[in-house]
Amino acid sequence: MVLAVRLREAVSLADRFPLLAGVTLDVAEGEVVHLRGPNGAGKSSLLRLCAGLAAVTSGTAVVLGHDLCVDRQSLRREVGLLGHSSFLYEDLSVERNVVFAVRAARADVAGVDAALDRLGLVGRLRTTLVGNLSAGQRRRAALAVVVARAARLWLLDEPHAGLDAEGRTLVDDLVRDASRRGTTVLLASHELDRAADLADRTVAVVGGRVVVGELPGERRGAATGAAAPAGPAGGVRAADAEGVGCDVA
Amino acid sequence: MSLTTTTTESGTTPARAGRTGGEPPSTERAAPKPHASGRGRARPLADVALSAVGACALVGVAVTVWLGLWVTPPDRFMGNLVRLLYIHPSIAWVMYICYGVAFLSSLAFLWPRTRSLRFDKLAGASSEVGVVFTGLTLVTGSIWGRPTWGTWWTWDPLLTTTALLFVLYLGYLTVRRIPGEPEVCARRSAIAALVAFVDVPICYFSVLWWRSLHQAPSIADPVTGKTYIHGSMAWTLLLSFVSFTLVYVWLVARRYRLFVLAEREDDEGLAQALAERRAESSQVRA
Amino acid sequence: MWRDALLVAGKDLRIEARSKVAIGQVVPFALVVVLLFGLALGPAVGRGSVLSQAAPGLFWVAVLLATVLAVQRSFAIEALDGASDGLRLSGLDPAGIFVGKAAALGSQLLVLEVVLTGAVALLYDRHLAGGLLLAGSCVAATAGLVAVGTIYGVVSSGARQRETLLPLLFFPMVAPILLAATKSWDAALAGTPGRGIGWLDVLAVFAVAYLAMGTVAFGPLLEDA
Repeated sequence: MVLAVRLREAVSLADRFPLLAGVTLDVAEGEVVHLRGPNGAGKSSLLRLCAGLAAVTSGTAVVLGHDLCVDRQSLRREVGLLGHSSFLYEDLSVERNVVFAVRAARADVAGVDAALDRLGLVGRLRTTLVGNLSAGQRRRAALAVVVARAARLWLLDEPHAGLDAEGRTLVDDLVRDASRRGTTVLLASHELDRAADLADRTVAVVGGRVVVGELPGERRGAATGAAAPAGPAGGVRAADAEGVGCDVA
Repeated sequence: MSLTTTTTESGTTPARAGRTGGEPPSTERAAPKPHASGRGRARPLADVALSAVGACALVGVAVTVWLGLWVTPPDRFMGNLVRLLYIHPSIAWVMYICYGVAFLSSLAFLWPRTRSLRFDKLAGASSEVGVVFTGLTLVTGSIWGRPTWGTWWTWDPLLTTTALLFVLYLGYLTVRRIPGEPEVCARRSAIAALVAFVDVPICYFSVLWWRSLHQAPSIADPVTGKTYIHGSMAWTLLLSFVSFTLVYVWLVARRYRLFVLAEREDDEGLAQALAERRAESSQVRA
Repeated sequence: MWRDALLVAGKDLRIEARSKVAIGQVVPFALVVVLLFGLALGPAVGRGSVLSQAAPGLFWVAVLLATVLAVQRSFAIEALDGASDGLRLSGLDPAGIFVGKAAALGSQLLVLEVVLTGAVALLYDRHLAGGLLLAGSCVAATAGLVAVGTIYGVVSSGARQRETLLPLLFFPMVAPILLAATKSWDAALAGTPGRGIGWLDVLAVFAVAYLAMGTVAFGPLLEDA
């Protein structure tokens, strides 16, 4: 089984505050995993870490074969993050934004039209400046970027938020299609029922850690917490990329 | 559940062991690393040495002042103004050391083999002291210049570059203060130091050329001013250089120590924050 | 790297074309500065007057001030919602981002300089001469300015006091550019371009040094922003 994401006691800090206090998580390729937990638990931080944005202070983090203690940058082209901010340029049209993002990720520009169609961004909407869009439309545009980049790993932070009913169904369809194609999806959502339906399994994140425990409403699958086998340390050697050693748990 | 980072003074060994390939099981992480261990014996010695340095520095400066103001005779050409020459060159010399050390430390930090937060702290301490001494250089130079050249300021290459250096390093200190993780801040500051440093020779030669176009470069640079230096003057000057260098060492060492203490406090705060954070999750474990 | 640079430059220029901030705000700002200098040093113009003699220096000070604005704008567009993650997330080569941003800034500044040259010639009553040297020093100086600006732009974009940090960092660094460019223009306008070649060299050295440094340093600085 090829692991898309392999984290062992990963710690991530921001201004000396531990966003992630030791996360251990395995995600197989093609799996859809639902992250759930209270506000401030670290779900968004975990997604950012998997996108290569957050520095790993200690522990192991290997995403899509890239060791994050060594190199966080080359990973980013293969990952699609849907965050709270849309990462779009206000003064460019939707189409131009998506084309830019796709080119930047060295992906195929031919996929842009299909992605925009899929997200319902057609006609006038394509050429509207992002600054003039509503919040829901921006979300769709941001999703279009993720889809068009054909990333191997999707990191969706509250993908249903801000979308109308049609939009939410669309997101579900997109995730299912992606999973069928072999894309790994990590999604953090407070919409427990919806997400649990979509996901192969659910993982609970509390206090910056993945926990084992009986959280109410958890329907299927074992939450993999510390139960995940701590693999042999070899293969993940951390050089001092940022002057910090990543120690192996 | 301590967080073993390579940033603490006593904590560099685990990372180095790990880096050489063998993977020791991380039993080091089982117990929190006591910061004072092993250094308890060393510390009083360093402290004593530092206090001795400080005392010498103080005595040296006091004697210099006494010699300079009362014992040595006035110069044939400059009169009593020469007395400033006993401190101005030393202050300028210390300023150069400060920036040299800051530059080299920044380089050392960025060089993978010598990457250590010690160099970042050294660069920070040295440049803070450097800014102070630059200010003093400018002031003493200006005071000397007024009666000599008739103006408080002249666009002499050295003076102008020094003034620019002052502002450049004020900017550098502001960059150091941008909040963030220690390693992140250190890297950013080191790069900023290098970027600023490259500007200094360019500044100097531009202004030098600029001045030379307008008049013969015969402005007496206070550092190489024409004075007969002999006898008591020579000794005073020498003492002055030594004393101020000691002052530099003492100031930087103290400032460095402050950095270390602040980092220690941060680390402990971090350990506590980690514990609290993990407590959040353990509440779920029914 | 070049591919990414072209992509980023194109994106920045396209945004500028839509929003017209450089044309609509930075250029007028520079013109106002030129006017204010006139108020401060005028009203006498013509040979021998302070304003006319100081014209090259005043021109370059105005350009420097405008550069800071342009740099701030260039990085403001990246930091939507306070998150400058977008640029990092894009997967672009950081050196390419540096060159692209610098190039876009440079193009905007060159347009500004053309406009300002006209303004200065008119308002401060200087005849334009030594065109080649004028243009050459503009290009070289601008290259240096945008290199330093982009480097410090990314540093200050990550700081909370970004608006005041950038000028503090930028101006001392570019003092040699101001000096050399002014001298170069002096020589050109005085009809003795030969004397200005040396200053052009200084500008070129500065530009090359800082463009090189920027390509290397921009990556780590962007990560840490």
